[in-house]
Amino acid sequence: MKIIKEAVAGTLESSDLLVKVAPGLPDRLDIHIRSEVMRQFGAHIRAVIDDTLGKLGVTEGDITVEDKGALDCAIRARLQTALLRSVGDVKIDWEKLQ
Amino acid sequence: MKLRRSMLFMPGSNSAMLSTAFVFKPDSIMFDLEDAVALREKDAARILVFHALQHPLYKDIETVVRINPLDTPFGLDDLEAAVRGGAHIVRLPKTDSADDVRRLEAEIARIEHACGREVGSTQLMAAVESASGVVNAVSIATSSPRMMGIALAGFDYVMDMQTERGDGTELFYARCAVLHAARVAKIDAFDVVFSDVNDDDGFLKEVDLIRRLGFNGKSLINPRQIELLHNAYAPTEEDVEYARRVVAAADKAEREGLGVIALNGKMIDAPIVNHARRVIQSALASGVRK
Amino acid sequence: MKQELIKDQLALFQSNPTLKGLKPFESFYAGAPYLKDLQQKLGRKMVQTLEEAVQRTGLKDGMTISFHHGYREGDRTINQVVQLLASMGFKNLTLAASSLMSCNTPLIEHIRSGVIRRIYTSGMRGKLAEAISNGLMAEPVHIHSHGGRVHLIQSGEIAIDVAFLGVSACDEFGNANGVSGRSRCGSLGYAKVDAKFARNVIMLTEELLPFPNTPVSISQDQVDFIVKVNEVGDPSKISVGAARVTSDPRELLIARFAADVIEYSGYFKDGFSVQTGSGASSTAATRFMEHRMRKKGVKAAFALGGISGGIVELHKKGLIAKLIDTQSFDADATESLRTSPNHFEVSTNEYANPSSKGTYCDRVDVVILSALEIDINFNVNVLTGSDGVMRGASGGHCDVAAAANLAIVVCPLIRSRIPTVVNKVTTIVTPGECIGVLVTDHGIAVNPRRPEVEQRLKDAGLPIMSIAQLYARALEISGRPSPIEFLDKIVGIVRYRDGTVIDVVRQTKPMD
Repeated sequence: MKIIKEAVAGTLESSDLLVKVAPGLPDRLDIHIRSEVMRQFGAHIRAVIDDTLGKLGVTEGDITVEDKGALDCAIRARLQTALLRSVGDVKIDWEKLQ
Repeated sequence: MKLRRSMLFMPGSNSAMLSTAFVFKPDSIMFDLEDAVALREKDAARILVFHALQHPLYKDIETVVRINPLDTPFGLDDLEAAVRGGAHIVRLPKTDSADDVRRLEAEIARIEHACGREVGSTQLMAAVESASGVVNAVSIATSSPRMMGIALAGFDYVMDMQTERGDGTELFYARCAVLHAARVAKIDAFDVVFSDVNDDDGFLKEVDLIRRLGFNGKSLINPRQIELLHNAYAPTEEDVEYARRVVAAADKAEREGLGVIALNGKMIDAPIVNHARRVIQSALASGVRK
Repeated sequence: MKQELIKDQLALFQSNPTLKGLKPFESFYAGAPYLKDLQQKLGRKMVQTLEEAVQRTGLKDGMTISFHHGYREGDRTINQVVQLLASMGFKNLTLAASSLMSCNTPLIEHIRSGVIRRIYTSGMRGKLAEAISNGLMAEPVHIHSHGGRVHLIQSGEIAIDVAFLGVSACDEFGNANGVSGRSRCGSLGYAKVDAKFARNVIMLTEELLPFPNTPVSISQDQVDFIVKVNEVGDPSKISVGAARVTSDPRELLIARFAADVIEYSGYFKDGFSVQTGSGASSTAATRFMEHRMRKKGVKAAFALGGISGGIVELHKKGLIAKLIDTQSFDADATESLRTSPNHFEVSTNEYANPSSKGTYCDRVDVVILSALEIDINFNVNVLTGSDGVMRGASGGHCDVAAAANLAIVVCPLIRSRIPTVVNKVTTIVTPGECIGVLVTDHGIAVNPRRPEVEQRLKDAGLPIMSIAQLYARALEISGRPSPIEFLDKIVGIVRYRDGTVIDVVRQTKPMD
């Protein structure tokens, strides 16, 4: 999946997260995470993000996450939504979202 | 015999609610992709619900997904998310005729095939929200083996009827029609949402009415309503006592190979025994009425 | 005449050995020189400026100063006094404030510049707490409970040289209470202790009332100097927790479970006693209890606390006979203290000091407490967040938990992804053996030490799980948190109510 335009998904409410994806620099995948629970779950959140990007074949882009204590399922969902919005109209491959 | 007294509505776009709602223990949880979700969040809600459905803690509760109607740009994608996500039931809003149900059925079967889910495992609930729906209630209720329930949705229905929500008079016929359709089809009947979350007395009055009418349950929009509803549906001590005696008599008759069940010199037939079993099940679920 | 008197007496003293060591009478004012002068007699305590009052106490570097926290986040006394002491050049003082709040952030500067070297307090919040957790002070702070503070004062470890007591109003002799004047804070329970034990008491007051000012909470016989100031505190900021009942469904669920637990605990009998905390679920629980009390015809003999509006309502409705108040959490409580003959004030010594001759917490049947963390052995942490940073207070937690017949902890299982039920708490404040029941939104766990309570709750059909199950459920939902890394430096010493050390807080390792 290739990120074509900037897109945002989610909110800054408690137990949610705001995800911004943008095209970024070529051959670079930059991930910035800010989280209320950075010490306790920072590494884990990063792993979920990496896994989600991997399954969708995202290798380039600029990803910014501002987390307010969201659970894994919300992290995956918001990131996937932002990515789908960033590629415009595309048929969802549900297997890749699992 | 699944109890379906309380169906808690949850906006599919609200991450905080989806992350915490399993504590409230309603009989069913309904993830809403339709009216509670803004147009520009439909895609986000769909994916959120897709993931929430697969969360281990939702595996223990019956899950319903209210998709957008199939003639909107969202309905089909919602259906994919619901079926693939593992929802037990799909709720179709604005069901006007049996044809609406058959269209939905075809799409569901296609998706079940595609994703390897047992064909036929996704059940249906039809929400009737218009005069047509009410008038076609029987044919809707009997239109599919997947149909497990028929619900009346008050807001859109009263608008179609050119009136407004009031003391329940405006829903009189619709409630009866939906109930009868459910009983003919041998499925569950669900009543409308009570939207004033601060009016406990009004809520309980409405619950008392629909319980006596025979509704299996009601749609709820606030977790606080769950306990009130369960208590109102709970049998009294006397009810439970009597139900125990009925079931004991039925078991005894079965053991002794008798064709007729008798209690206190009166004949007890199957509907009474089934009702008694439901009473006991209700008491086990949430105790006797306080 | 006078000369003869003295001559006679001297002769007496010189000749009779039984009078050895005693002193002869001189004059009626020899022992009380202020009696010679009318202005001195009546107005000697009134000092024009705080600076002058401080000078007259003889405060020196390295001494101990104390404050009460009746105004909570609305306190204006601590900051203004410490600011003054800084400008007067004092150094190395020990600060014994009964509790510190986020409004005390200005103290950071004074710690850095060496005005304050050591702190004894019940808790701290906000930037001050963060700074201290991150190693601001060379010496660790001592965190004590409310009752434990009095014990430390009595034992001499906290030797208060000057107590600065901010009150809304007093008379020119220093009779003060928390229910007169503009800035009423209610019970002066903490201040009473300082007034009793401090070597010098400076009373800061917003208003002077005609003598004698009644009721007398702090008596004139304990007050040295009185200074009129612009403000001592803002009562509108006292309010802790929910003044109205919450509408959050999760908090209400927990509150309902808590009320269920109390009802079926075996302690819910006519004449029982209760203490509730200030959190949203606790306040909501009192509302649920009203219904059950009416239904079963049960009235409470007293409520202890920490008194807030919800409890006052039950008192007004005749469901709780007496209110015993060590701190008033809102305006309703303050007004009730002022007007209800059965709502009375007690000092922290009477409330919770384990070495006092009798504490009210010994008489409590059921107490509802909160927790930042609770572990599978029921140990409770109310001091540090799961990130290791101090953000709470020991308060009366370990005092009442130790003494009450049944201590119930209420909390959500998870707060914003952070599990409250953990394997081992970050900091122990209250030992697990004191906790009877844990109530969360996911279910209720009973301490194995209370099998009779567990049986009663199970018989009542409540959702009882083991605490291990709750722990597993928390992990299942949030995932396993990474352990926090600490440095060796100790930044806080947690003193149990008897003065012993129950745990320490270390500095958190900075994140890279």
